[in-house]
Amino acid sequence: MPLAIHVEALGKRYRIGLAPQRYQTLGENITRFFSAPLRTIRSGRAPVLDGVDTIWALRDISFTVKEGEVLGIIGRNGAGKSTLLRLLSRITEPTEGTLTIRGRVGSLLEVGTGFHPELTGRENIFLNGAILGMKRREIERKFDEIVAFSEVEQFIDTPVKRYSSGMYLRLAFAVAAHLEPEILVVDEVLAVGDAEFQRKCLGKMGDVAQQGRTVLFVSHNMSAILRLTQETIVIDKGKLVLRASSSEAVDYYLSAGHAKAGERFWDLDEVPSSAAPFRPIALRLRDSRGQVVDTIRSTEPCTIEMEYSLGAPLTGLRVGFYLNTTRGEAVFTSFDTDDPALFERHTSRVAGHYFSKCCIPPDTLNQGRYSLGVNASSYRIRRYFEDEQALDFNVDVAGAPGMQWPEPRQGVVRPRLEWKIEVAS
Amino acid sequence: MIQKAMDRNEPDTLVIRASKGWAALNLRDLWKYRELLYFLVWRDVKVRYKQAILGILWAVLVPVVNIVVFSFVFGILFHQNQTVPNYPLLAATGQLPWGLFAGALGRCSLSLVGSSNLITKVYFPRLAIPIASVLSGLVDFGIAFLIVMGFMVYYHTPLTWNLLWLIPLTLMVLLTSLAVGLWLAALNVRYRDVQHIVPFLIQIWMYASPVAYSTSLVMGKTRLIYGLNPMAGVIQGFRWALINGDPPGELFIISIVMVLILLISGLFYFRRMERTFADMI
Repeated sequence: MPLAIHVEALGKRYRIGLAPQRYQTLGENITRFFSAPLRTIRSGRAPVLDGVDTIWALRDISFTVKEGEVLGIIGRNGAGKSTLLRLLSRITEPTEGTLTIRGRVGSLLEVGTGFHPELTGRENIFLNGAILGMKRREIERKFDEIVAFSEVEQFIDTPVKRYSSGMYLRLAFAVAAHLEPEILVVDEVLAVGDAEFQRKCLGKMGDVAQQGRTVLFVSHNMSAILRLTQETIVIDKGKLVLRASSSEAVDYYLSAGHAKAGERFWDLDEVPSSAAPFRPIALRLRDSRGQVVDTIRSTEPCTIEMEYSLGAPLTGLRVGFYLNTTRGEAVFTSFDTDDPALFERHTSRVAGHYFSKCCIPPDTLNQGRYSLGVNASSYRIRRYFEDEQALDFNVDVAGAPGMQWPEPRQGVVRPRLEWKIEVAS
Repeated sequence: MIQKAMDRNEPDTLVIRASKGWAALNLRDLWKYRELLYFLVWRDVKVRYKQAILGILWAVLVPVVNIVVFSFVFGILFHQNQTVPNYPLLAATGQLPWGLFAGALGRCSLSLVGSSNLITKVYFPRLAIPIASVLSGLVDFGIAFLIVMGFMVYYHTPLTWNLLWLIPLTLMVLLTSLAVGLWLAALNVRYRDVQHIVPFLIQIWMYASPVAYSTSLVMGKTRLIYGLNPMAGVIQGFRWALINGDPPGELFIISIVMVLILLISGLFYFRRMERTFADMI
């Protein structure tokens, strides 16, 4: 198989002051111009000193992608994934190294790029298609298909500013999904929309992969990575740390502490004085190996741990958690003295340093993003401390029951139920 | 034969590496994206008067009001009426190219920053953005042209074959606004000061151009310096083609040279800055 992409010693350096959204004023540069006229003229910009005010967003990246291969890219936020995609889609130039690309690249770093709110759905299909690199005739040919996929037929001549966000997204994705480049570069566009829509997008992505086109797919959704890609590269702090089969790469990513965060500290000034003598210190989420993580696997147990101190003895204190989905659906509430035996034993707690821990058994939560809240109170007496959204985390369902079917499952729980199939005699 | 067919299917290979210094203009790439250019122009035109009660009427009102104001201020208050026969016709023929120029230059200067959502998300030759913003002024220009025709009929001005000169003259207006606009658009990505300067620049430039007065007011040596302003020659050319004023002559040659210098340097400067647009915008 010939190579579709060949990346060699690729690096991208950003000036810190040059990060997006910041720009210099003319005055600043005029001053700089006169203070260092020669250097400024020669380089066309203010002198850049390596290491002083620059960061390497990406360095020394080398890999190849064969034609027709679907490669996953994972890494935590800020690891350099987006920079890599921007380089591959020619949005920005590398600082060093070479990128060789064979074929037309279509990049989907966002859906609906260039959509204009005042234009109708029909007009935006043409505009967006052209921006994504489609020819006018190509768009005309696929127009009906795009409209059908988006399910917004009856609003196709309404300005998109009147669309609901769901309709807008569907239309935007529909255009993008009908792009037919030889190489497709996709960033987490699937992180949006409702479950139904996500299912449709994943299905479409699967189709693309099966048509033998080369796909680079960046996602935080490990199940999608496992489903759509054969091989995956892991990027951390701008370096390529692993290239392996996707299941191996996902295991590595989820276990090697790359999915950091998963911890919430409370500074003294964040705690209201009314909380005394209760003083929250930290809330942590640990995986089955005891590592602090922000993504847990549905199929493995995990531990939620609240660290706190008491400045004075307290009677009747209970410390507990609320678990909600980030969309606000309540999953459960649980307190450390729910068990009557523990309630008897810890009627009063002396001043000191405590940990309250609980374990979420395996096969409990479904795929998604969850939010942990904390509550420390004495029932009917006083609420010492409450933080309803202290820590967010992800649940990944790789290996959960039913994963042979590439479809998201409804609901917040993902139990491993014992089924029997009996043949009636 | 088969070999040939296969070659045609062979996808293009693209090598991307850090480029240094001045980049080639790569106008071929721009040609490949001509459909996008068309859609960008079409979008600009479509969107311009959306959600405005008067809609496309604005394209009529703006030049008419300008001509009326000029006729009052310069024609009556400054007594231009006495030296220039049919002063409103002079104002109208000045307003026509100037309206195109000022609109195109203003839009072009802000075009890149206004398209930052595109620039940071998708690749295409960035030159398409300023070029589209300049071209989208042609629709308003067409409407303004009809208005000027109306004035000409009213003043019984004979039409001559000189009218055909309007085609290269209009092209010249577009190139002039593009030449200056490219510089300003690229500079605005790095220094947002530019967007504050542009309105002043356009205003000062208007007084330095024979929009509301005739070039015959400018005499002697100042006339050569005056020619450094490409719009001076162009506006004079418009008047000549429409209402038979003085032909532009030597003034126009200086103008063409000026525009070419600005345009070529602007293109290269733009290409040079292009690679950092996505990082800086």
